[in-house]
Amino acid sequence: MKCTDQMWHPVGARAPRVDGVDKVTGRAVFGADLTFDNMLWGQPVRTRYPHARIISIDKSRAEAHPGVVRVLTTADVPGSKTFGVVVPHQPVLCWDRVRFMGDAVALVLAESREAAREAARLVQVEYEELPSIFDPEEAIGPDAPTLHDEYPGNVAAHHVVRKGDVERGFAQADVILERDYTTQLIEHAYIEPEAAVALPGPGGGVTVYGSIQNPFTCRRAVAGVLGLPLARVRIVQNHMGGSFGGKDEVMSAMCARTALGAQITGRPVKIVNTREESLVESYKRHPYRMHYKIGVRRDGRITAMEVRMLADAGGYASQSAFVTWRSTVQATGPYVVENVKTDIYAAFTNNTYTGAMRGFGSPQAIFANESLMDEVALELGMDPVQLRMVNGFEGGSVTATGHKLDEHTVSLKEVVRKATEAAGWDGKRARLPEENQGKATRRGIGMACSFRGCALGAEGVDAAAGIVSVQTDGSVLVFSGLAENGQGLKTIFSQIAATELGITLDRVVFMETDTSTVPDSGPTVASRSTIMGGSAVRIAAQKARDALFEGAAAKLGAEPGELAAENNEICVAGDPARRMRFDDAVKIAWNEGRLMAQFGWHGAPHVNWDEHTGQGKAYFTYVYACQVAEVAVDTQTGQVVVERMTAAHDVGRAINPQSVEGQIRGGVAMSTGYGLLEEVELNEGITKTRNFDEYLIPTAMDVPEVRPIIVENADPYGPYGAKTIGEPTCELGAAAIANAICHASGKRIRALPMDMERVLLGRTLRPMRGRRGSEAR
Amino acid sequence: MEAVRVRITVNGEEHVKTVPTCMTLLRLLREELDLTGTKEGCSKGECGACTVILDGVPVNSCLVLAYQCSGRSVVTIEGLARDGLLHPVQEAFVRHGAVQCGFCTPGMIMSAVALLDANPSPTQREIREAISGNLCRCTGYKAIIEAIDDAAQRMAGWVDSQAADEARV
Repeated sequence: MKCTDQMWHPVGARAPRVDGVDKVTGRAVFGADLTFDNMLWGQPVRTRYPHARIISIDKSRAEAHPGVVRVLTTADVPGSKTFGVVVPHQPVLCWDRVRFMGDAVALVLAESREAAREAARLVQVEYEELPSIFDPEEAIGPDAPTLHDEYPGNVAAHHVVRKGDVERGFAQADVILERDYTTQLIEHAYIEPEAAVALPGPGGGVTVYGSIQNPFTCRRAVAGVLGLPLARVRIVQNHMGGSFGGKDEVMSAMCARTALGAQITGRPVKIVNTREESLVESYKRHPYRMHYKIGVRRDGRITAMEVRMLADAGGYASQSAFVTWRSTVQATGPYVVENVKTDIYAAFTNNTYTGAMRGFGSPQAIFANESLMDEVALELGMDPVQLRMVNGFEGGSVTATGHKLDEHTVSLKEVVRKATEAAGWDGKRARLPEENQGKATRRGIGMACSFRGCALGAEGVDAAAGIVSVQTDGSVLVFSGLAENGQGLKTIFSQIAATELGITLDRVVFMETDTSTVPDSGPTVASRSTIMGGSAVRIAAQKARDALFEGAAAKLGAEPGELAAENNEICVAGDPARRMRFDDAVKIAWNEGRLMAQFGWHGAPHVNWDEHTGQGKAYFTYVYACQVAEVAVDTQTGQVVVERMTAAHDVGRAINPQSVEGQIRGGVAMSTGYGLLEEVELNEGITKTRNFDEYLIPTAMDVPEVRPIIVENADPYGPYGAKTIGEPTCELGAAAIANAICHASGKRIRALPMDMERVLLGRTLRPMRGRRGSEAR
Repeated sequence: MEAVRVRITVNGEEHVKTVPTCMTLLRLLREELDLTGTKEGCSKGECGACTVILDGVPVNSCLVLAYQCSGRSVVTIEGLARDGLLHPVQEAFVRHGAVQCGFCTPGMIMSAVALLDANPSPTQREIREAISGNLCRCTGYKAIIEAIDDAAQRMAGWVDSQAADEARV
């Protein structure tokens, strides 16, 4: 079934998604859609307390329940009882202690989902409740119980920046401001709940299918738990119903449980979370408390910044160390600051654990530092854009973490100019306050800008693989070690392969990511797919094309280096009359015994980091963005409507502008939810918002009109100059909205979400006790 | 558990199934008829991923019991394409980039088709309202709204040209 012309869609074209037809017809198979003969259902038994010692587990009643095959506990785990990326301390099935409400203590395996659920309620667990900590400040204070022996004082992470001399810097300032900002716990809210199915085999191993964001991370967890070599564990990704950073550790746990069940029973085992289970079990975005002190001169120049942040890591380490590290690099924003002192902490508590979510430590920091910039501008009587222009990065600027930006186009001021001009900043900024006179609904315009390091940076090893295999009939298989999570990776990578081979997209088949087919390429995170994996696919496709050119050159009477490929043909560059069909070039290469399946491997340029000073080359390149929000504030109810958002993003090069615009629109919608609507409410560790009737994400009625502006400054380190777009789109919207609300109403809101209570009353009406994040104090 | 016999037409095909009284239409479709294009996102009628068209009306199939559908007709995402040709709404979704992860897509398309069946030339506001019960976390909705708008126009054109053809005959 085809719905579009099979056109030539090289890099830069608005190619339709290669998985589009499967997804609009219902043919696309997601994890929960898989069923196998003889399949069992797994149901984890979750804790009843956020922090407790397990005295005993009696599974006899559950095992006697009709339809139940086995009830597994940690005693059944043949390998490692825990998993984790930073530190492997998260139990697959808890044995001595539970640390948050999503922890599982047993796994019921039954013939039906109903039987598994019923039996899960019959597992008798005796607990001894332990003193819990729900406040991260208390967690790192004196007298707090230690949640993990390997982390004394409950400090999950601490990063610093020490640059210049902040005391001297503050002494040079004409104005010093100190402000506190807080952000809330939020949920990824992918529409597809987590799902996985494990099958025994092949060869004494196990195969797991599911909604798995990072197949190689997942494989390490499964292999560790089963005590198997990596080569005996095969992880195959299905179509993913959204992830946004959220299907990492939670899937490692789910896959390890299904695999354990399959290994022990010899039967396929499936687990699918309900939405309620997903909200309780899955990790979330860290709530932050942030204290900023800034010194500026009358002309707007920043002389010093001192920053302290505290993130709530919840029960387990997850990615907290990496999340807070990105906050560290971006804490003082895209501004030249000579004197910086930054301390960023993450603390263990008995709240739901927190980890990767689109932005990864930047949405919190940007909400604070971009709100602060507007507060400074107001104090100085300066236009907020002007203040950014005085301090903003340009070519050759040195970041707060000591990186001289001289290898790429530093386009901060370009994106600020483009976004504010397109939004009509100057006119509206001056005019709206007058127009608001005497009105109940007041309009305002506000902006925020940001820089963001691309890919993993100094977090760790950063390299990725791609395979391009030309078949004998001219069709092409593409494999990647990075995974499609819904963002459009398959289309982008197919477009890259098609461009290099000079073929139309209908010839390309992109294979699901399979850990037994491609090398470990690290996780699909940090907006690194295009810049890292795209480069690897490009290298592989170029090598395959070169093999074809070798064979075709003799036939066309030219050197291989003189050939070009386009639109299913190979021709002599500059002499298109001398050409042949792609298929014929494939036949020649095949008959000459040339290798048409090629491998690409791309490693990131060198980066470095000194953890004692917080200085180094944190990332090899950066992207820049500016978003301008236009809001209407109902001063009688406190309701805020974001009417328009103008979003200018430098992506280096847009491989597919339609896909870039889709990322911008989706990211803006998500940051609108972050700014105005969303909060996972916990009461003493217990999730109160358990489904979409309580956890509100933006609907089609809530999203603003979005005006995407794609800015292209090719980067030397990206394929075709392309960089990054997924996360940058959703990290600065909340700050722009806060600044627009202040312009409209005069009210500065320093806590998220900016709901009606906060806007109208300046505080929340909900009970304080047991809450965390922005309202816990 | 009590069982009940259900005679139901799905995508033009009649099925007779004996199912538990508590079985939802969603489970009947996914588990008994193997029509897994209809998705389950929240199980309480909030996300719209399970939207199907029941006797011309879009419903959350997680909130409808299978036995309530006896003698009635259901259209799912699998029933839209005809003779290898996509429905204009499906085609517009692909063309406009209205699909990202694709999990909300089947339900979203069913809401859109039901809208256009009832109101062939909706305003942007009416489109937004019609899909306000379908949550999407990826796209920001804009491409979806454009796709539905475009499909409406193409379908109107298609109807017009068909009428013109008939007039000529």
